[in-house]
Amino acid sequence: MSFNIIGLIKAAIINGTPLLFGTSGEILTEKSGNLNLGVEGLMFMGGAFGLMGAFLYGNAAGDSASGAVAVAISLLCSFGIGCIGSLIFSFLTITLRANQNVTGLALTIFGTGVGQFVGELMRIKVGGNVTISNALKAAFAEPILPAALQKIPVLGQILFSYNLFVYLGVIMALVMAWFMKKTRKGLFLAAVGESPATADAAGINVTRYRYLATVIGGGISAVGGMVYTMTIAGSVWNHSGLSGEGWVAVALVIFCLWRPINALWGSALFGALLILYLRLPIPFLPTQIYKIVPYIATALVLIMVSMRQRREDQPPQGLGLNYFREDR
Amino acid sequence: MKEKEPLIRLTKRQNMAKSKIWLIRLGALVFAIILGGLVFLIAGANPLTAYGTILSGSLGKVTGIRQVVKTAVPLLGTALALAPCFAMRYWNIGAEGQITMGAMAATFFALNMAHSMPSPVLLIVMGIASIIFGAIWAGIPALFKARWGTNETLFTLMMNYIAIGIVGWLQGGPWEGKPGSQIIPMFDNAAVLPKVLGVHIGWIIVLVLTAFMYVYMSKTKHGYEIKVLGESENTARYAGMNVTKVTIRTACLSGGIAGLVGFMVASGANQTLYSDVAGGVGFTAITVTWLAQLNPFAMVAISLMLAVLSKGASSIQTSLGVPASISDIITGIILLCMLGCEFFINYKMIFRGKEEHKHAEPATPAVKTAGEEAAK
Repeated sequence: MSFNIIGLIKAAIINGTPLLFGTSGEILTEKSGNLNLGVEGLMFMGGAFGLMGAFLYGNAAGDSASGAVAVAISLLCSFGIGCIGSLIFSFLTITLRANQNVTGLALTIFGTGVGQFVGELMRIKVGGNVTISNALKAAFAEPILPAALQKIPVLGQILFSYNLFVYLGVIMALVMAWFMKKTRKGLFLAAVGESPATADAAGINVTRYRYLATVIGGGISAVGGMVYTMTIAGSVWNHSGLSGEGWVAVALVIFCLWRPINALWGSALFGALLILYLRLPIPFLPTQIYKIVPYIATALVLIMVSMRQRREDQPPQGLGLNYFREDR
Repeated sequence: MKEKEPLIRLTKRQNMAKSKIWLIRLGALVFAIILGGLVFLIAGANPLTAYGTILSGSLGKVTGIRQVVKTAVPLLGTALALAPCFAMRYWNIGAEGQITMGAMAATFFALNMAHSMPSPVLLIVMGIASIIFGAIWAGIPALFKARWGTNETLFTLMMNYIAIGIVGWLQGGPWEGKPGSQIIPMFDNAAVLPKVLGVHIGWIIVLVLTAFMYVYMSKTKHGYEIKVLGESENTARYAGMNVTKVTIRTACLSGGIAGLVGFMVASGANQTLYSDVAGGVGFTAITVTWLAQLNPFAMVAISLMLAVLSKGASSIQTSLGVPASISDIITGIILLCMLGCEFFINYKMIFRGKEEHKHAEPATPAVKTAGEEAAK
């Protein structure tokens, strides 16, 4: 069997897209100084609610269901539940000043519980596997660009053969990079994350920036969970399918050095690591051991980043610390 | 021009009565249980029936109580393991992997040495092996944290997946029982923990550990060093403490206890090993530790409470058709509420206009009180 490099690149990008959303959302959050460790929970909730939205719509509309509407509903449902989840986090850490680490972990426990619960509840109510019609599935997972473009040799497959969310993710990351680097609000956000006291003194509303960045970031992360369920998992709720995605996304934030542009290739790289054991079997290497490669790679990345200690590669200085104006 | 006073101002509160603090926490717990009731309503079940089913399903029969204790043992053991780490503000969320590695080390001896030594010796060897492996698994991230400041939250987490992967490989490879079964054979009787009152003696071990952890944290030099380091690394350095040593020592202690929990689960409860041996205990225990405010005795009560919740939830699934994962949701809600309620213990809210009644000078009260706060 000859090794199919184009196939691998394609699979890497498709499998990296949920990570791209998860990571970009968390970058936005962390830029404001909030360390939300609840991404795993947010992605679970996003996955379950995204599927539920499409499923309920498919049931209600029957044969006349339109793919575009289903996609829009799924997007809204997952983004919405992500916003709600991270709003709980924001309220507890920004307003009530709870410890960010523990609150994030609590959100993970809560979110995975909600995700499993919704998935299970649908299964019990339907009495079997929850899934949507093939026409709707295609709207999520099939390539959206015209077939003529995909027929271009090599480039057609590598650039034009993806589902909607891949392009959406790339646009989102580019917009986020532009927002952080080029706009006044983006620079204010960086100031809030680096030194909230200074930003406050300069007249920037620290609370508002932190709330908005965390809530929107959480929504974007949750969309990643939906993308996973609806494209990679084939629009079926799977008990453990999403497990670990959110944590890899959090680790990728460090790998990407808090830059959305790096998330573009970083997520594809980790997407490749996640599926390499299927695409490129190595003789004598057991699958179970091969499967832990992404986690070993993540650990190595953490070690390398911490050893290099370059000034421009550091996390926002206020990361993980709550801001209490009266403490200044 | 005088600026308008904000609607609510906050000041730190120092000395609140102990009874009032616990009253606030109890209130938060009740609030969380009410919120959990709403989730039952959404799922289409009567909250009162549901909570009743949880209690009767878990505490109604002797077998149910035994199940609860069996569930609570690893939870309490792991919560105790995490306490010193959290007191040090070291976020060990890798208990899951440390449990798995401990269970793996114990299983190695259970499978290979069952006939070459008497049962008590074998069990002690298994216990020691599990402690060593758990400690090593926790020590690796701690070493990097102490030396280079590597993020321990994510590193310990990645170690979980690595440990689970290794056991998954053993299960389908070198340690597999019947070829193709993907199952490790059951332990020989010599490698199984004896039972007392119908539950394996792990429950006695964790109770001893509870007392040990209380003494260790509040009566020893080690415990003191951990607390100082948790408050401020600089203070610890200034006081001449060896931060590297304390960090690694504490993480290894934590991992060792978690490893011992793995031994108890594999040998006492399951009598075999599989990759999901930790089964989420490492994460739920974080909740227990935090809810107990690091107090070992409170951990006993809270781990029993969560065990009742999770055992009861499985009877809800069978009788009311509500998914058992609702116990995770309720656990999450309880934790979030408890985290939120600390605010009302640590801070005092002053509403607009309230302060003028207390102070004799009506002029610019806001500035005045702010100055007073700063002076404190």
